[in-house]
Amino acid sequence: MIPQLDIFILTLVIVCAIAAISVKDLLGCAILFGAYSFMMCLLWAIMGSVDVAFTEASVGAGVSTVFFVAAVFRTTRRTKD
Amino acid sequence: MKKIGFIIVCLSGALLLYATQDFPRWGDPNSPANTHVSPRYIQKTLEETDVPNAVTSILADYRGYDTMFETTVIFAAGMSCLILLRVFKRKEEDRYYRHISTGVTLRVKGEKTIPEKSKEFERIDTIWTPYDLIIKTVSRFLVPFIQLFALYVLAHGHESPGGGFQGGVIFGASFIILAIAFDLRTALRRFKEKTDGLLAALGVFIYAGIGALCLLLGGNFLNYKELARIFPFNKIEARAYGILGIETGVFIAVMAVMVCIYVNIVSEGRHDEGL
Repeated sequence: MIPQLDIFILTLVIVCAIAAISVKDLLGCAILFGAYSFMMCLLWAIMGSVDVAFTEASVGAGVSTVFFVAAVFRTTRRTKD
Repeated sequence: MKKIGFIIVCLSGALLLYATQDFPRWGDPNSPANTHVSPRYIQKTLEETDVPNAVTSILADYRGYDTMFETTVIFAAGMSCLILLRVFKRKEEDRYYRHISTGVTLRVKGEKTIPEKSKEFERIDTIWTPYDLIIKTVSRFLVPFIQLFALYVLAHGHESPGGGFQGGVIFGASFIILAIAFDLRTALRRFKEKTDGLLAALGVFIYAGIGALCLLLGGNFLNYKELARIFPFNKIEARAYGILGIETGVFIAVMAVMVCIYVNIVSEGRHDEGL
């Protein structure tokens, strides 16, 4: 585990999380969630739990982003608040 | 209201940060998790189950009940998506067709349709009508490799990271990529709704069925050792093959449920037009 890399990825996780709740465009929010999941996947891989990282990559960053995009496609792209 | 929410989030975040002080340090050899439970599994897994990847053997064998009910939860999620969203009535709007050789778009009003299998016309969606040869060709080449990789993840779950859940998600994603690159009807022609529902149920049935088979052979529920009585391998190998069997069940259920959720969300339950 390299501490600098770890801190860099953790910062990116927090940035992605805050951006995902503050952005108005819901499609962008879905993509940011995907980026968040991917960063979490890297963190799991750094900590040595490769199985969890694999699940996070396939479910969190892959399929759930597609589900969000599908839901945005069928509803509206902008939030009201 | 927004301010109250912000304060609540900050408070619970601070409480969580405060609680992490009591945690043992990351990778601490003297922490409770590393002194009681883990050494037992790390030392005994290979000789007891013949599976090199300890995570797989813990998930599917030592903690088999957990994984069984996880699969049931996935199945329930897919079925509730189906029940909430599925609509069987056709949407009352005009349909669009493309004449394949000339590229002219035709608008057919009301109830009338051109047969789906027509060689001269192909149906296109009302709001999303891409015709991209590159994306179609690339995804057509990619899909078999994605599916092969998914099967590899399933079959190689004993030795390396992976297993039924991840493999199933990847296999389901291959159908989703087909639906995105072509259109929803192409994907549904290859993977019908009826097959989808049956496979979702079959996956859970395989899992619970292997457990019940162990029960019938005289052991406890999900105690794969007993499979050695009817199959030609010894008791330790039987546990490895039992794990492979239930992982296959998880694979089938997860794959079918992923496709089911995607199709129902993207077409508003009509299974007609979609991304």
